[in-house]
Amino acid sequence: MTTASPPPAALGTQPKPAKRAQKRTQKRSWSGWLFIGPFMAVFAVVFLAPIAYSIWLSFFRNQLVGGNGFVGLANYSQALQDSQFWSSLLRVTLFLAVQVPVMLLIALLVALALDSGRLYGKSFFRISIFLPYAVPAVVASLMWGFMYGTRFGLVGNINSALGINLPNPLSPDLILASIGNIVTWEFIGYNMLIFYSALRVIPKSLYEAAEIDGASQFRLVTAIKLPAIRGALVVAAIFSVIGSFQLFNEPAILQSLAPNSISTYFTPNLYAYSLSFSGQQYNYSATVAIIMGVITMVIAYAVQLRGMRKES
Amino acid sequence: MSVAVEPAHTRKDHQKQKPGYVRMKSTRRGVDNPRRSVLLTVLTGIVLIYSLIPLVWLFINSSKTQADLFTSFGLWFSGDFALFGNIGDTLTYDDGIFGRWFLNTVLYVVVGAGGATFLAVLGGYALAKFNFPGKKAVFAVVIGAVAVPGTALAVPTFLMFSEMGLTNTPWSVIIPSLISPFGLYLMWTFASEAIPTELLESARMDGAGEFRTFFQICLPLLGPGIVTVLLFTMVATWNNYFLPLIMLKDPAWYPLTLGLNAWNAQASTAGGEAIFNLVITGSLLTILPLIAAFLLLQRYWQSGLSAGAVKE
Repeated sequence: MTTASPPPAALGTQPKPAKRAQKRTQKRSWSGWLFIGPFMAVFAVVFLAPIAYSIWLSFFRNQLVGGNGFVGLANYSQALQDSQFWSSLLRVTLFLAVQVPVMLLIALLVALALDSGRLYGKSFFRISIFLPYAVPAVVASLMWGFMYGTRFGLVGNINSALGINLPNPLSPDLILASIGNIVTWEFIGYNMLIFYSALRVIPKSLYEAAEIDGASQFRLVTAIKLPAIRGALVVAAIFSVIGSFQLFNEPAILQSLAPNSISTYFTPNLYAYSLSFSGQQYNYSATVAIIMGVITMVIAYAVQLRGMRKES
Repeated sequence: MSVAVEPAHTRKDHQKQKPGYVRMKSTRRGVDNPRRSVLLTVLTGIVLIYSLIPLVWLFINSSKTQADLFTSFGLWFSGDFALFGNIGDTLTYDDGIFGRWFLNTVLYVVVGAGGATFLAVLGGYALAKFNFPGKKAVFAVVIGAVAVPGTALAVPTFLMFSEMGLTNTPWSVIIPSLISPFGLYLMWTFASEAIPTELLESARMDGAGEFRTFFQICLPLLGPGIVTVLLFTMVATWNNYFLPLIMLKDPAWYPLTLGLNAWNAQASTAGGEAIFNLVITGSLLTILPLIAAFLLLQRYWQSGLSAGAVKE
């Protein structure tokens, strides 16, 4: 590598720009606020204010006697003893533990295959596998929901064609796996693209050196490519963890197709939604949402720490 | 890069490199000029088929009448080719409410995604090229906010908006769409690479104001990054389901996603008319504009995502 500048920052690599900006002795001035100001103003309205309001709400409760009163941490202790909350949390944790690794592994393998340059019709692969990302969660859930269906879905077709009885993907036992399949389908392409973009910017001189040393393709992947895109892997893992904990759209939409399999507390988000908009329990709903927010942040932070540990 | 250290066999490839986009494609091929692999293509083909089958299913089934949907095999055409009849029915059902939903979605996308992109571009530019008081705090707050679950925001935002009388108006959907932390992150990495600091310094030396510098000098350099952020915010607003679900009660303000779900749910309500053929055709019409946008603009967003891979 003989270029003077560091490799370009790809999506998901280390935040090099910040280091670079610091190296140049920029004059510290308020003029940056001219540009970040509008973003922060709207951000304060749609992010900070609701979060603050949410925390405030969580300390109150609407009681039969005395109306809306301050209850301290009572909502929190109620949530921690709430078996419905725990069962929803357990469900998304299980979902996270299985779906995220499977999805990221497939996405990584596809990205490596694309990057190896050994595929016929590479750009067709890249764009086609990415396409599901452009499909709204509503349409994806309806589509898969219909396909799962025994009435005019593929499962029904296969059953009647072969005279067998496949397990119903919308049954209570299988619904979580079926949702996992929908989410995997939606996001393989997106994660693949993140990994692929990171792979593209690995300096090719590294491959040349490895080739001179007679490294195998497998060694090339484990010794050069994977370490080089560690940042992208961590970013994708964090986004996926957050996405799993916030699971809402897919189960909410499938509910009308599989009402017996998806309860109102199927995921924490669905639970908080039902509490608010069916039960009018705004205070308790805010509490559940805050607890989930804290858990999500802790786990995302842990993933980041673990992912970055071996670096530097 | 220096040619001297390269192995001799890559020279001939080096000569035919052209500047710009074409070069990016051929760079890696020069390293070891890998042979195309049928096996790898077939294996990746499995993921390709998985990605495309639901879309094929959607297209095939939008060509069927409701009666045929229940009686025919899902992955092949059957009966009359009723696609155009279905499209006509979709557009005219219930006094053409689908067209209204389409226009609503366009409104939310143009104002919401357009505004979000504008704010993200300004903010990303500030983070990349200015040193201002509070910069670290801005960064920490925005990154932390990504982990907050949608419901934690949605419930208090709903309560706040309903007190301001904004619920059930387009503003309730547009205002929260204006913030895209991911867009800000993307613009930040992109602007750090795409705008040489020397250029800014010389513009300031010449006495150009900050806004003039930005709009006349920097904005053109940010093109691919802007298209990328625009596409991703467009997908986010076009596919938005949770926010409008909470904010809107009046079907006249529904976006397509909410409308389709309402049509689907109609079958399971008492006395509701099942219109699955319209749900399926409507889904197809909903995803077509986004898929078209991604296909037509792919060279821009793919180079934007690689954030600098092009210039290497």
